[in-house]
Amino acid sequence: MKLELRGITKRFGSLVANDHIDLTVEPGEIHCLLGENGAGKSTLMNVLYGLYEPTEGEIVVDGTPRKFRTAGDAIDAGIGMVHQHFMLVPVFTVAENVMLGHEETKPMGWLDRRRARKKVLDLVDEYGLKVDPDMLVEDLPVGLQQRVEILKALVRDAKVLILDEPTAVLTPQETEELFRVMRALRESGHSIVFITHKLKEVKAVADRITVIRRGKVVGTADPASSEKELASLMVGRPVKLVVDKTEAEPGAVRLEINDLTVLDGNGQAVVDRVDLRLREGEILGIAGVDGNGQSELTQAILGLRAPAAGSISLDGKDLAGMSPRQILGSGVGFVPEDRQHDGIVSDFTVAENLVLDMVTQAPFGKRGSIVPSAVRDNARERVEEFDIRTQTIESPAGTLSGGNQQKVVVARELSRPLRLFIASQPTRGVDVGAMEFIHKRIVAERDVGTPVIIVSTELDEVVALADRIAVMYRGRIVDIVPPTTSRGDLGLLMAGVLPGAEHADGAGATRADTAPAGPVEAKTNESDATPGEEDPA
Amino acid sequence: MTERNPEGGTQVADTVIAPHVEAPVNPTGEAADAVRAAARKKALITGIGFILVGLYALWAFGFGTSGGEDAVFGMTVPNRDTTHVGDLSLPARGVAIAMSVVCMIAGGLRIAFDRSRLATRLSIALFLIAFVIAFLVWAVAGKQMSFAGALQNTLLAAVPLVLGALAGVIGERSGVVNIAIDGQFLFGAFAAALTGSVTGSLWAGLAAGAVAGALIGALLAVFAVRYLVEQVVLGVVINLLVTGITGFLYTQLLQKDPEQYNNPGVFDNIRIPGFADIPVIGPVLFDVNVIVYLMYALIVIVHLGLFHTRWGLRARAVGEHPTAADTVGIKVNATRYRNVIMAGAIAGVGGAFLTIGTVGTFSKDMTSGAGYIALAAVIFGRWRPLGAVAAALLFGFTSALATSLQPLNTSIPSQFLQMMPYVVTIFAVAGLVGKVRAPAAANKPYTKG
Amino acid sequence: MTEDNKSTPGEPSEAKPAATRPAGASASAPPKPSLGRAMLDGIITGNSAVVTFLAILLALVVGGVLMILADQDVLDQYKYFTAAPGDALSASWSLVSDAYSAMFKGSIMNPDLFADGSLEDNFRPISETITQATPLIFGGLAVSIAFRTGLFNIGAQGQIIAGAVFASWIGFVVDLPPVIHLVFVILAGVIGGGLYAGIAGFLKARYGAHEVIVTIMLNHIAVLLLGWLLTTDTFRRGGQSQPIGKDANDNAVLPNLFGDNLRIHFGIILALLAAGIYWWLLNRSTLGFELRAVGSNPDAARTAGMSVARAQILAMVIAGAMAGLAGVSQVMSSTNPAHTLTPSIDAGIGFDAITVALLGRTKPLGTVLAALLFGALRAGGSVMQASANVSVDIVIVIQAVIVLFVAAPPLVRSIFRLRGAREGAEGGPLAAKETVGVQA
Repeated sequence: MKLELRGITKRFGSLVANDHIDLTVEPGEIHCLLGENGAGKSTLMNVLYGLYEPTEGEIVVDGTPRKFRTAGDAIDAGIGMVHQHFMLVPVFTVAENVMLGHEETKPMGWLDRRRARKKVLDLVDEYGLKVDPDMLVEDLPVGLQQRVEILKALVRDAKVLILDEPTAVLTPQETEELFRVMRALRESGHSIVFITHKLKEVKAVADRITVIRRGKVVGTADPASSEKELASLMVGRPVKLVVDKTEAEPGAVRLEINDLTVLDGNGQAVVDRVDLRLREGEILGIAGVDGNGQSELTQAILGLRAPAAGSISLDGKDLAGMSPRQILGSGVGFVPEDRQHDGIVSDFTVAENLVLDMVTQAPFGKRGSIVPSAVRDNARERVEEFDIRTQTIESPAGTLSGGNQQKVVVARELSRPLRLFIASQPTRGVDVGAMEFIHKRIVAERDVGTPVIIVSTELDEVVALADRIAVMYRGRIVDIVPPTTSRGDLGLLMAGVLPGAEHADGAGATRADTAPAGPVEAKTNESDATPGEEDPA
Repeated sequence: MTERNPEGGTQVADTVIAPHVEAPVNPTGEAADAVRAAARKKALITGIGFILVGLYALWAFGFGTSGGEDAVFGMTVPNRDTTHVGDLSLPARGVAIAMSVVCMIAGGLRIAFDRSRLATRLSIALFLIAFVIAFLVWAVAGKQMSFAGALQNTLLAAVPLVLGALAGVIGERSGVVNIAIDGQFLFGAFAAALTGSVTGSLWAGLAAGAVAGALIGALLAVFAVRYLVEQVVLGVVINLLVTGITGFLYTQLLQKDPEQYNNPGVFDNIRIPGFADIPVIGPVLFDVNVIVYLMYALIVIVHLGLFHTRWGLRARAVGEHPTAADTVGIKVNATRYRNVIMAGAIAGVGGAFLTIGTVGTFSKDMTSGAGYIALAAVIFGRWRPLGAVAAALLFGFTSALATSLQPLNTSIPSQFLQMMPYVVTIFAVAGLVGKVRAPAAANKPYTKG
Repeated sequence: MTEDNKSTPGEPSEAKPAATRPAGASASAPPKPSLGRAMLDGIITGNSAVVTFLAILLALVVGGVLMILADQDVLDQYKYFTAAPGDALSASWSLVSDAYSAMFKGSIMNPDLFADGSLEDNFRPISETITQATPLIFGGLAVSIAFRTGLFNIGAQGQIIAGAVFASWIGFVVDLPPVIHLVFVILAGVIGGGLYAGIAGFLKARYGAHEVIVTIMLNHIAVLLLGWLLTTDTFRRGGQSQPIGKDANDNAVLPNLFGDNLRIHFGIILALLAAGIYWWLLNRSTLGFELRAVGSNPDAARTAGMSVARAQILAMVIAGAMAGLAGVSQVMSSTNPAHTLTPSIDAGIGFDAITVALLGRTKPLGTVLAALLFGALRAGGSVMQASANVSVDIVIVIQAVIVLFVAAPPLVRSIFRLRGAREGAEGGPLAAKETVGVQA
């Protein structure tokens, strides 16, 4: 099946998300759609999948113009989509999810579960997408949930498969496995639209590449192009992800975490016997694939989650049993990973958000009353200092752009003297300018002696910022390494594999919990060492 | 890293992302102990609670009953043409003491088997049944209570609750919280009485009840789905609206000429031979009117429909993850409209039962909050049709008990018995009975990006 | 696209920038960045004032239609509609206009009395309106404050009963000097309502029990407890088999403001004071800041070190205290001449309070104005029932219809063909938190 997009334009009010985009997907090819966050890739695919109606332009399937009003129309035309946020009903089984909207039924709409199961198993065999049709989706790891999504598309006879940022939640090894599946699908005549902003993956798997920037197609390339060429096409100007910083001068140990274990609601350990020591004047980066316990670790430090075991002490003071307010009060600055969710109150004004965790303290609050003038003065200063782009300080924070919302959070947390600064995903979804600014501020905070923890799933960011890198995998700190460690080794660590042990059995995932002795010892030995003394792996 | 132990990583060869690699991390050591300790503590607390209540029952019901008195339970449904079953006469003191001891044994079981879910449920059930029996023999000691009559009252009280709860389950499973069940009852009851009177046909009344309920359902759907109004508040306002409309029309029309407007009569009972001859429960369950039989059918249909048909799968998908449903071509809002209106019709039938199924006339605010109890049954029944039915029956039983015990002049005020469903519901939603999980998208309107 | 456009189920619709709304809906209309928000923020001004006015108008029309439908004589005229349409129309008109003018006379002023009535006679309708509005203000505030903290307080009825029981008990059980007795009565009402609502707040905060269900159940429990109390010797008036409570001491009563002939009483002063306190709490206190933060985004509030549990409990306790004051007013004011407890002491105020809060958009001044409007409907309604023979129940219908329309501004606009009528996603004062579909 040949799929063409001709002059697709999509506007949201005054915002142009897609601007006259032309795209042709030939049968049996893996076509990469490369672009930065916010370039308009997902919007385009949602247009193609019938979730948005295009403002202008047409979709042509095998030479016939088609109109997709709903996802159902796109499905009928042979288009399948694997969304970035999986579209699976967590409380349904794999088979139920696969058949939903496409049910096998007996008379009276009675579900024919046996046939549904069989269909799933047939596809599982055909493409090697191993998954148990009777498992509840919520019990599956993300890698397998993604397979269910692919199965969903295949069971509907999709000829064109759209994969929207499919590797964001996968380990490098899982990504390899996905690529294998993608190639198998290509061999069987499917075409694949692979949306990503990761250059290495593009080069690894694409047959053709279309680059999108600010809603427009800025060029096509073939996989032989160098990463540098692709990057400059994608970003429009050479990117520099190098943070200007001097060598760290670590001082005394300020934060000490011993044997910390945090459980989730089901009693599973999401943070598993973590030991960490953090010195003043250093930045510790925590790397890892999303969902390996990084958020829970930072939440535990802030007192948002009660540890099931272990201790956390800051400047010799035990934080266990203290409320988040007390912990914030003892000088911890915290930038949560999801600012919309945890960082700002979008109905509140910018000024209110800038004092969100300080309003009860002088000078903003006196004897239970807010001092409006102090709140306003503070807001003006922060807006000025952090170059927060807002109409007025009384505008609701929800009207600000993502980057400016993030600046509000960072500005608030850095506006008081700190004993410890924790920032999760400090630059997720912000533009390059704001990113550089925020990085500069973080380094400045380190340079005045504050110990800093940076959690990021963007390896580039961790490498650029951190003085030491702790890699988390399934709740454990697999290893702590210097930022000079090679990407390959970091990738293996993120999959729970200690690079040195690799040869033992070929490539493979380490189950950290089955071998507590190795990693734990290695880590304990190192956590006391200053980064400068470490050898690169 | 140079010191790393070469055996440090156990390797899983072959498939790198084999599913078992991602199996949940089981807590170990101290943390695991904490989890087990918490479970034990919970079992210990409830177990001790059972034992204390058992001791109280022993003191209040067991030794509070003078020896030699019998508690007599009538086992024949009054005014029904049926086989006579002899009264059940129990030595009050002995039975009360025995049942109090059973309560304590249940507590012991709860503590002893803190890991087994089955044992946990059984011990709770055992405790509840034993406590109720101990209480009953104490209350009835030296007197007589018609147990079959109480069962019959249970069913009568439960019919609207069951139908309302089924409506609530369908709505919430589809993602729309239906606080307007009470309004659907009231409007259904009103429409059934009025139409039944004017047309002289009870069947027309029943149909009108269903249509009236569906209308309120449609109103709820339009405001919830189309105008995205907060569903809880919306339901309360719709209930007020129906109270006003029915109250107004009742005063202006029905009250002025009851002969013409408020005299629909009641459906006759239909006796199913054979089944109705089963002792005690036969006449209670199988000598009833058509609305009750309709309820039996609806229980089965809704249960099977929700879990075994395409309709149910799609309804639940829309209530759990509307975006996912949308992306596979299911029309989310259309599904919600359809299901909420259909559920309204079912609740409307429940309302019709209040007039043309039992008392035969409409009166102002006659539901007296039954719709809210039905809603509680939805939650208590954990959003499952059969669970909701069980909860509705439990609520019906407590209210029947309050009615049956009132003439016996027990020292427990009847208000306290009437309070039982509400107190039980509060305990239920407070999670003391177990964790409940509502459909994820309930009370969340769906709009496309 | 950027992160602020990603699917955020918890995000209230009104917080979304206009730019993300579907094109086509408002492509040609000038950008209205935050109409839903303006409604929340602006005290009935501008656009929302128009919507409110139109909603009231529509509700009166609906009420009129209902009156015609329920009037046999007028309906009979319609049988000859083709022959004599004028008769049917004029009969309808006179029915509805008689009813509404009676309502006006009973709530605002009576032109018939204007010339020769005394000052008291002329002031009486307003006095009645304010008297009816007094408990509604308390109740409306009780719902509003909880709502701002993200809680639906459906339990004002139970809280009013609890406040009334406590106040009544202090009112007859002790003998205290003037003023002091009243102060204790008011405190008792505040404590009673606050404690009762605190149960729901505690269960919500500690066990996550949904406050809607809990408060509804507590309403029923309160009604039954009241019924039982009125059978006990402690509360039931001696020598009565009727469930009527004991009379309060004279010192325990809220005094009338302008003598015995007008029912307006000290409660209105308390109510305005309560509204003022609510304003201060919301806009100027650190506690209110926390309550609003918890109501708006509990996760961010928790991350900022606030205790969500504490906020929820406190909000419910304060809400209950407000409702308790409504209870005090129900027992101890001129509307209850013997100042006793009765089984229906709450008089449906608990549920009317919800409509008051909705119409008042949970704002202090808005709540007062909404309560005055509904107070006027109640005051006028009883006059209408007496003089125009139209049941006062119509008032409930009008009230509910007003709130329904106000909750759905696009509906009102489409009825009046105003601009922007097709903006379906725009939030009314109580727009639900929505699941936003797939977003780029």
